[in-house]
Amino acid sequence: MADIKYEDMREKLDRIDKYTNIEEPCKKDKTAWECVQLSRRVNRPGVKEYIDLICDEFMPLSGDRLFGDDHSMLGGIGMIDGRAVTIIGNVKGSNLKENIDVNYGMSHPEGYRKALRLAKQAERFNRPIITFIDTPGAFPGLGSEERGIGEAIATNLKELSTISVPVITFIIGEGGSGGALGIGVGDKLYLLENAVYSVITPEGFASILMKDPSKAEEAANIMKMTAKDLLDMEIIHGIIAEVEEGAQADPEFTASLIKKTIIKDLDNLCSKSKEALVRYRLNKIRSIGSTVETKSKNQILTKVLQKLGDEI
Amino acid sequence: MSKTIQCPSCHEEINEEEFLKSNKVCPFCNYHFRLKSQERIDLICDEGSFKEVFTNIKTSNPLNMEGYEEKLEQQREKSDLEEAVIAGECKIKGEDALLCVMSFDFMGGSMGALVGEKITETMLQGALTDTPVIICTASGGARMQEGIFSLMQMAKTSSAVSLMNKCGVPLFIVLTHPTTGGVTASFAMLGDVILSESGALIGFAGPRVIQGTIGEKLPDGFQTSEFQKEHGFVDAIVDRKDLATTLNYLIRTHKG
Ligand SMILES: [Zn+2]
Repeated sequence: MADIKYEDMREKLDRIDKYTNIEEPCKKDKTAWECVQLSRRVNRPGVKEYIDLICDEFMPLSGDRLFGDDHSMLGGIGMIDGRAVTIIGNVKGSNLKENIDVNYGMSHPEGYRKALRLAKQAERFNRPIITFIDTPGAFPGLGSEERGIGEAIATNLKELSTISVPVITFIIGEGGSGGALGIGVGDKLYLLENAVYSVITPEGFASILMKDPSKAEEAANIMKMTAKDLLDMEIIHGIIAEVEEGAQADPEFTASLIKKTIIKDLDNLCSKSKEALVRYRLNKIRSIGSTVETKSKNQILTKVLQKLGDEI
Repeated sequence: MSKTIQCPSCHEEINEEEFLKSNKVCPFCNYHFRLKSQERIDLICDEGSFKEVFTNIKTSNPLNMEGYEEKLEQQREKSDLEEAVIAGECKIKGEDALLCVMSFDFMGGSMGALVGEKITETMLQGALTDTPVIICTASGGARMQEGIFSLMQMAKTSSAVSLMNKCGVPLFIVLTHPTTGGVTASFAMLGDVILSESGALIGFAGPRVIQGTIGEKLPDGFQTSEFQKEHGFVDAIVDRKDLATTLNYLIRTHKG
């Protein structure tokens, strides 16, 4: 049904995308390695600080209803500028005791399943979802594998790709691999100016591909993991500015830009029909890194969406 | 005198004729030797029924990573494969299907944009034409040379599974040794039915990484297909000789 409308909307949204940068970073560029180090600073603001600064009210919710409650995955319902939203985010911890409790932000399957439970709950009550990513990756351990960390992440990717409410994601620190992507499939993706997003850590890249773990700095610079790189490659929609010294020096500044971005995006995304929202998201996901010649790009997807019509 | 092959697991000498007749499974200890993509296709598909599709999808070097193109060229010569996955239409004991076969022989079966694209297009084609899709996995995870683009293939392939689900078209996964990383954390764990070969390494994090975290030896049989079945992530472990019959049964029973 909405095929013609969809094309119009895509063009319109693409145009809007280009203007989502709230503030052009005006400082001199940091190297990728400097960003990696800033993104991992222990005093870098985390999801809890941003919730405090952005939400009028917030109520955390616990548990995946299957196994337990993973403290490394925070979830709950907040009010932003009079609008109810579900917020999900990785918690790294701000002191040693907390770091250990949350495995430095590395979630077990129950963390991803809690995120999914809250996302599906949000969908039932038509609440937009905001996610904050800050994790080196999913937790690599016995319990994690026994309880199916692969299945948990995979199911989140599948479900989030067609969830019928807007999903806006901010990578606020480290965006590491599948563990980050597990709460990172959505309509809008932003990186904080000094945040990073990559398929593997620079240390991992250096030791596997360069056969020398001490070359992490060199690896970071060729991996194209900074906000600027990712914007150039059209992986993200925009960059959220930080003050020169980094977000830890002025969390209010960055939080106010995140809040403005959320309000602006929700005004836009909430005005779309659910079908249009999901169609746009699926086309976006389908296009990333496409190596099919432009002529036939997304052709089969378009036909599948036509076949499904309103059933999407 | 007939040739023999030594089993790397039990070190028994296997008669070559018997070895080929058993589809490269050790008759003494059930060790599964790796199959080449063509052997896997021959094992599953009716003779002459496999027609390769999506050959227009080509590998690119999205990060302009130095040395990647040379590496690809070397891998092509070494493995006699174009890339880490082959997609095609086929018949399985008379039933139509779309089949993707991944190969660990090509860059460890790693998933870059080409692998993600071919698997996604195959699933979408299946969803569009009501044709069941079978994917035989073998992968060490993401194609690191393609950086963030390789990570995004996880979202891309998983979104295609969502569309297959909505169209009511079945996805059958056959896990083979090894299947880890981003492939495990995407389509490999999303099959309507997930089959596995015996003794395959199946997991998300690699055993060495986990050993590094826990600082002790991993328990015996950790992350094998038998382990995954006991923990509820694999439906059945199927012998190679029964694979085509099993897939045919699944296709016939998923017609809605
Ligand atoms: Zn043997």
